Amino acid sequence: MPDTYIARSTAIAARMLGGEMMIMSAVDSTFFTLNEVATVIWQAADGRTTLSEIIEHRVCPEFEVEPDVARRDAEQFVDELSQHGILLVSDQPILETKSITAEAQ
Amino acid sequence: MSLLVEMNDKAMKLGIPLSVHIDVTYRCNERCVHCYLDHDDKGEMTTAEIKNVLDQLAEAGVFFLVFSGGEVFMRQDFLEIVEYARGLQFNVKVKTNGVMIHEYEAQRLRDLGVEQVQLSVYSHRPHVHDAITKLPGSLKRTINSIRFLKWHGLKVTMSNVLMTVNRDDQAGTHALAKQLGVAYTLDPTVTPKLDGDTSILTLRVEEDNLDELFADPDLVGDVEEFCAPPLPPDEDVMEGYSCSAGHTSCYINPYGEVFPCVQFPLPTGNLRSQKFADIWYRSPQMEEVRSIKVKDLTVCSSCSHAGTCTRCPGLAYMEGSMRGPSSSDCEKSFHRTGIPSANMLRKAGLAAGGPLIQIQPIPA
Repeated sequence: MPDTYIARSTAIAARMLGGEMMIMSAVDSTFFTLNEVATVIWQAADGRTTLSEIIEHRVCPEFEVEPDVARRDAEQFVDELSQHGILLVSDQPILETKSITAEAQ
Repeated sequence: MSLLVEMNDKAMKLGIPLSVHIDVTYRCNERCVHCYLDHDDKGEMTTAEIKNVLDQLAEAGVFFLVFSGGEVFMRQDFLEIVEYARGLQFNVKVKTNGVMIHEYEAQRLRDLGVEQVQLSVYSHRPHVHDAITKLPGSLKRTINSIRFLKWHGLKVTMSNVLMTVNRDDQAGTHALAKQLGVAYTLDPTVTPKLDGDTSILTLRVEEDNLDELFADPDLVGDVEEFCAPPLPPDEDVMEGYSCSAGHTSCYINPYGEVFPCVQFPLPTGNLRSQKFADIWYRSPQMEEVRSIKVKDLTVCSSCSHAGTCTRCPGLAYMEGSMRGPSSSDCEKSFHRTGIPSANMLRKAGLAAGGPLIQIQPIPA
């Protein structure tokens, strides 16, 4: 399976609240809260780092979880958020997420 | 329990200001008869000052941000402010009269990911709406704006204030909202002006109108449930708070002054000379507002409506005491359920000069 690049959409509202990330989609107003592991993935989703790298360098060492288990959970998480347009997924680096400013010009 | 309710409870426990309402200007192109504001510009925050405030709010954990006024589009930098706020990932709602929103503004608000736009409409009939706003042609322009916003896919709410001057148009205005495909809210609350002038309170509707409203399932949902007699307040109610003002929300005016709520004119600090976090966490006024539980209220703690009343501490403050009753909410509770509030009984007792409750033993 080719590796995937993930990037945070700009069409969201997001804020940390007591260690949990709150996210609301500006598209369909769906509201999510992310646990600590998901928050780490979310914060690392810069479009340039692959999901595998995020799991290997961030999730596994910080949460002492087996890579296979972490990958399975992460793929499920990415799949769910991408369906709501909250995470952008590509097999190529996502160099520029849709900029709010650029979009309007 | 919904996720949002859970987050609100969590914010309450952590003392996080989850929601902030900012009036970016008091200037307005309408002169609504019921408006509580002074529209002169007394030195609004600059673009840079507002951006600095937004940085501080994001740092403090604010998630929901309401931009209002005055009319927000009277500021030429308004869209720049919204863009900055969205860049900080706030959930943004805009309140406006819409008369300055055209194709460009509507598209820009959509592109910026604004969550919702709320527009004030007081009647479906131009001569009634325009007489309230004192701006000829304003209803037509506001409706055009709603159409632009809807066409661009924004969530739109039409908000109405029920007053003596538009009470006969409520159903027609609601029908207009349905026709335009937007949400509709109705509020019978008219508040005193911020300078204490109470002359506009004559616009409040009579009691019969409240009875009609509370019996309308289109507005209140399940009428039987909405109008049910209150359950006796339990310990959770007595240990709780009236509303979120000062707990998880606050208000900032165009001059940088911070208040517990837009309807609670108790100054707690100024962002031109203080940090937001210092005001929110350490202002004595905020601390006092936060310290008041239902059990501490002078009259309402003994009221049967204590657990269900919409008591506004800001209106109570304007009436004389933030620990006292808010008479307009007493009236709402009474007209909703038919049961007088403790405050109403107290006033009736004082007027009659007799005891509040007379107890007479039943003869054996």
